[in-house]
Amino acid sequence: MIRKVLVIGYGNPGRLDDGLGPALAEAIQRRGIPGVTVDSDYQLTVEDAAVAAGHDVVVFADASVSGIEPFSFERVLPGAEMSFSTHHVEPQAVMTMVRELFHAATRGFALGIRGYEFNEFGERLSGSARRNMEAAAVFLEKIVVSDSFDAVAGRAHGRSGPEEANREGKSS
Amino acid sequence: MVSRSANSQRIVIEPVTRVEGHGKVTILLDEMKKVTQARLHIVEFRGFERFVLGRPYWELPVLVQRLCGICPVSHHLAAAKAMDRIVGGENLTPTAEKVRRLMHCGQIFQSHALHFFHLVSPDLLFGFDADPAIRSVIGVARKFPELAVQGVMMRKYGQEIIKATAGKKIHGTGAIPGGVNKNLSIAERDVFLKDIDKMMEWSRSALKLAKDYTTEHMDSLAGFGTFDSNHLSLVRADGAMDLYHGSLRAITADGKKIFDQVDYQSYADHIAEEVKSWSYMKFPFIKSLGPEKGWYRVGPLARLNTADFISTPEAEAGRKEFKAVTGGAPNNMTMAYHWARMIELLHSCEMIRDLLADKDLQGTDLLVKGTRRLEGVGLIEAPRGTLFHHYKVDENDLVTMCNLIVSTTSNNMPMNLAVESVAKDHLSGVEITEGLLNRVEVAIRAYDPCLSCATHAMGKMPLLIELVDASGQVVDRKVRGVAG
Repeated sequence: MIRKVLVIGYGNPGRLDDGLGPALAEAIQRRGIPGVTVDSDYQLTVEDAAVAAGHDVVVFADASVSGIEPFSFERVLPGAEMSFSTHHVEPQAVMTMVRELFHAATRGFALGIRGYEFNEFGERLSGSARRNMEAAAVFLEKIVVSDSFDAVAGRAHGRSGPEEANREGKSS
Repeated sequence: MVSRSANSQRIVIEPVTRVEGHGKVTILLDEMKKVTQARLHIVEFRGFERFVLGRPYWELPVLVQRLCGICPVSHHLAAAKAMDRIVGGENLTPTAEKVRRLMHCGQIFQSHALHFFHLVSPDLLFGFDADPAIRSVIGVARKFPELAVQGVMMRKYGQEIIKATAGKKIHGTGAIPGGVNKNLSIAERDVFLKDIDKMMEWSRSALKLAKDYTTEHMDSLAGFGTFDSNHLSLVRADGAMDLYHGSLRAITADGKKIFDQVDYQSYADHIAEEVKSWSYMKFPFIKSLGPEKGWYRVGPLARLNTADFISTPEAEAGRKEFKAVTGGAPNNMTMAYHWARMIELLHSCEMIRDLLADKDLQGTDLLVKGTRRLEGVGLIEAPRGTLFHHYKVDENDLVTMCNLIVSTTSNNMPMNLAVESVAKDHLSGVEITEGLLNRVEVAIRAYDPCLSCATHAMGKMPLLIELVDASGQVVDRKVRGVAG
């Protein structure tokens, strides 16, 4: 049975490599993978929980500042708090709302694509970031088709070790 | 990060983020350990104004959405209004104006709902001194799940309206110079009509919650981060609140008009911006009063104070109750922002309901053009307050000048004063207590400052609080994480 998978690519395409998430979303959309719904936004928001609750799996795809290359892939568990005063919501908080507000058993995963250039306005990805994104898209299609999310989550997918990914603090 | 002057100590409360527009709070103490001043530092990314130089003017309504992931629609519409002037198309067709108004109401509705239910309601429902682990949206979700679901679904409703009118959530293209590029189809309209009664009901409940909380806690809230100020917003020609379009009105703390019905094309004749050495963000002020006395507040509280009435009946009834608390005079309570915001939430919901019933939304006359101009100003009442976009364009259609005043900039001085007031009332000794930190957060949150006009990728750092004594030593340090 094809699982219902939601891929949310988020970030600001006007801030160079911060647009890796939306770029990944576009790449996955183009691949037309059966069972996969793609969404894209500047940032995660609370209503993403309502949409995610209607899927078996949700993948949060975002740029990563200093994580492993070319990308990391981690299980996201519920349990985060909201941030100080911005309206940004962490993947963990979305998963908490999926569980506690919508009583869904959706499994969450974070796809952190390594980026390099963030500190200017500009609507382009750096060459290395684009290559990382393309590798992540290939990887994501593969695990969707083989339904191997849990089997590969937490493994290193690049040159650096998994301990570096853990320092990103993506999962609670 | 922490510095000190010869005779003062500084307490620094700094949410450190990667490259996001970020803020920190510095509380200055004298030798007697009394608070002398508080400074809220928000890094405002001014680079955008340079980034758009040389770009074709018609790209601006889309380009400016990159400014902020929280309120892209406000920037989209303000830039489109400025570009209307450039193409001589400011007198929009009824369909274009109503589609834009619907888009804007969707933005106000979703933003106010998100702010209230997911950032403010934890403070109200659990109290300022509750454990931060509980005083959060997760805490609300666990203890008041129905309320939390309402917040999510209201936010979603507003976002769907934006998607239907702007085209999509990222790179929305709905508003273009001189009009819009699509109307609202019958099918799209019917989807929103299905849930509008529920949205009205939830909006009424939210307003009641904010009103009851404020009136029941008036003793403690009246002086919380409170000070007198001028207020500024757009108003309609008849003095009504108008969140999409109007002329500028500014009033004093006791309600006297400083100026009224000012065409915002000439805003620069009335508003100037001051630079302070310790802040990246400018300090706007009303020219006729000067920088010392001319600073002002914008946003829901200011709009409730400047408007003579609200055009929709239920929000107008709410406004009258709001005004009754101060005997008709302007309300200068910082914590009254929340009540004002919920009146606007109900107003935007009434507007959405009324607009959905208007057949002009299905019209096909979408664009107008007129005499080309080389300069245009677009103003809109964004969720957080008046948003200014000002551009000059050359004969080759390329942008040669851009000046933006975002609402968080206008509220710069008020937020500083709110934090200072809270610090004076709640700092004891030289220790940053959880109680003080909580209250500083509450005071800043009342203004709903937008700290996210940038990026937000994984790797964000937490809220860092340091206490430094007169010798420069860190004597206390607290970290409030963003992830559990």
